[in-house]
Amino acid sequence: MKLQKNSRLALYSILEFAAASGRPVAAAEIADKYGVSPHHLAKVLAELARAGVVESIRGVGGGYRFAGNARRLTLFDIIRQFEDLSPTAAERREPGERTQAGRAIATVLSEIDEIAHATFKSITIATMLQLIERQDAPAPGPRR
Amino acid sequence: MGTKRPAGSTRSPRPVSAPVPTEIRPVRRGDLDAVIAIDARVTGIEKRAYWRGIHRRYADADAPGRQFLVAAAGPAVVGFVIGEVRDWEFGSPPCGWVFAIDVHPEARQSGIGTMLLAAIARGFRRAGVTKIRTLLSRDNSLILSFFRSQGMMAGPFIPLEMDIE
Repeated sequence: MKLQKNSRLALYSILEFAAASGRPVAAAEIADKYGVSPHHLAKVLAELARAGVVESIRGVGGGYRFAGNARRLTLFDIIRQFEDLSPTAAERREPGERTQAGRAIATVLSEIDEIAHATFKSITIATMLQLIERQDAPAPGPRR
Repeated sequence: MGTKRPAGSTRSPRPVSAPVPTEIRPVRRGDLDAVIAIDARVTGIEKRAYWRGIHRRYADADAPGRQFLVAAAGPAVVGFVIGEVRDWEFGSPPCGWVFAIDVHPEARQSGIGTMLLAAIARGFRRAGVTKIRTLLSRDNSLILSFFRSQGMMAGPFIPLEMDIE
């Protein structure tokens, strides 16, 4: 499965903010770390702020701060801001969808969607931070 | 586990959510009413005959791979976990199956589920297995999240089912 670029940026940002334990993180720091355009990232952060999961801190030393509950906020809550997750595959308009083969394919795709959704809904930001700690790669957080 | 209200009255002691030391121990016969009440509170269905059978199978068992543990906060039973080591089912090497875990809704968010899972995992290790597995509804985000928070990931098996007439 592949996530939209905006979803990945949102997840990177949220994980960085949540790992920072209340310290504001500059958007430029995230843009630099993940090699993305600051302009593009700003749009994603604005969307996250509108959703109430991050807040902007102005002034010297400002940036963005995590404003959600890491033990309750799930991956699904984040990526649904950017992905077409609401309709299942069976409800989307596709060529040939009303044929027998089209309906059978839609049934299989719905099964895949339901499993994917259940996975995203079951993984919280806190769980992701634990998963990151278990990876070999350095965990998100301030650069040293 | 779920979020439904109880179908009937409960005969268990009132759960204690205050910081009373919680002990994880094997179930005793006198705990069964509290276990039944917690299950009824969570699922909305009281299954007294079922639980008596489970108690006979697991609490009275002399098999080291079978475990029925409760979390006791003072005199009150506030949670339970049940599991069993199963060998070579579905082609799987021996592993510990957790097939029931529940914490009274008023006693949640205090680490009791984590304690129960850790205790049964220790029992499984003593029984010689190094893999723990469970199965639950994909709609049950709350308990899926709990198991995920404990480090569990999707396993290599896919459950399948069909209606038969």
